[in-house]
Amino acid sequence: MTDSSHQPHRILYCRCAYANTVPQGVKDDVLQRLSESGLPFEAVSDLCEMSASRDPRLKQIAEGGRVKIAACYPRAVKWLFHAAGQPLPEEGVDVVNMRELSAEDVAAQLLDRNTESTPSSHPVNHAE
Amino acid sequence: MLSNENSPVQVILYEGKGASPLAAEIRLAVLSQLLDKGFAVALAKEGGRQIPTPPLKGNQRLLVLGDFVGDAPSLEDAAGQASIETVTVTGLAADEVLGLVEQFREGQPMNEPGKWKPWFPVIDYDRCTNCMQCLSFCLFDVYGVDEDNKIQVQNNDNCKTNCPACSRVCPEVAIMFPKYSGGPINGDKVNTQDLEREKMKVDISSLLGGDIYASLRNRSEQAKSRFSKERSPDKALSERKKCLTKLQQAGMIPAEVLENLPSPEEIQRRAAAAAAKADAALKAQTSAN
Ligand code: SF4
Ligand code: SF4
Repeated sequence: MTDSSHQPHRILYCRCAYANTVPQGVKDDVLQRLSESGLPFEAVSDLCEMSASRDPRLKQIAEGGRVKIAACYPRAVKWLFHAAGQPLPEEGVDVVNMRELSAEDVAAQLLDRNTESTPSSHPVNHAE
Repeated sequence: MLSNENSPVQVILYEGKGASPLAAEIRLAVLSQLLDKGFAVALAKEGGRQIPTPPLKGNQRLLVLGDFVGDAPSLEDAAGQASIETVTVTGLAADEVLGLVEQFREGQPMNEPGKWKPWFPVIDYDRCTNCMQCLSFCLFDVYGVDEDNKIQVQNNDNCKTNCPACSRVCPEVAIMFPKYSGGPINGDKVNTQDLEREKMKVDISSLLGGDIYASLRNRSEQAKSRFSKERSPDKALSERKKCLTKLQQAGMIPAEVLENLPSPEEIQRRAAAAAAKADAALKAQTSAN
């Protein structure tokens, strides 16, 4: 694993494209805000599908240092990575829940470069 | 387990040095269309960090798209294993860009939205006590144990789409279906109400009278015959109907699953096999402790 404590976080966006679990309006709006942010990011079609097929890219996400993931419930995302044999690290991972938050709040948390975790985003080891 | 045909093409939208940024509407439309087709895509910019692309395997190809100033630069995989192509997309509409990516894919298989809904149980091991109830409940071989006799989801593509029934038999509320509508099955917080498991279990077993699948099948047949025998003298019919409705309303078993259950003999055989597997794992756990 790389020492990433001083590096800016990466951003990963899950499109949830295999089933419309995340409200369409929220995921579209979040993607637009990311796309217009001027920041680089990675977008995947569906983390659930990647977990089911043990996609090797999950390893890169899990091991690549600090990351903020726009997806759904942090507990689900944590164990989806685990199920694929690529557990997320305890530190430096924030899951921002597009099923519960507004697009504005999701984007604000993803794009905030200073905060690791805010009360409404969830580090994956957050006790629920 | 699903076959890993996920990424024959890696797509990078390049807006770094030597390329102009795409127009905002085009960039957004390209990103959405690629994602909705099942492709992963990285937006590369100067500064910031990128999630690194995994090592390319022989059959994988990297496609770098950009509004390149002048000719698109040619790139090579240092390891010489995979092909990398750079393509100028100046002036192309989003669907033309998608067409380019599809062309580059050359019909190689990949998992795509619409083919299979990723519906399978995900275990929260912070909650799971390894009691094996899910293993003995499931007739479709979804669960198994690892070499340490720890419960595992082994055949996720055997799971019946939209059926979260096993999550209801887990006494620890440890089974999630991330694409389910409601909490805590979707991964939302587990609250005290959800923890009233015993009550829920008693309800279910009294409803089903012990042999859950046989009862469900029976109820399904009753439900189907309801329409042809509307004036059936069967006094139990309304009771069964109530029961079926209750189960369906609880989101426990979708009608398609009820209607497609195997024969009673096959159910019995599978139930015995699942119970034996669970029993063996529990015995192995006990002898290891
Ligand atoms: S992880 Fe969540 S947001 Fe992503 S595909 Fe699965 S259910 Fe959808
Ligand atoms: S029923 Fe629940 S607690 Fe028991 S082994 Fe299955 S997931 Fe774990």
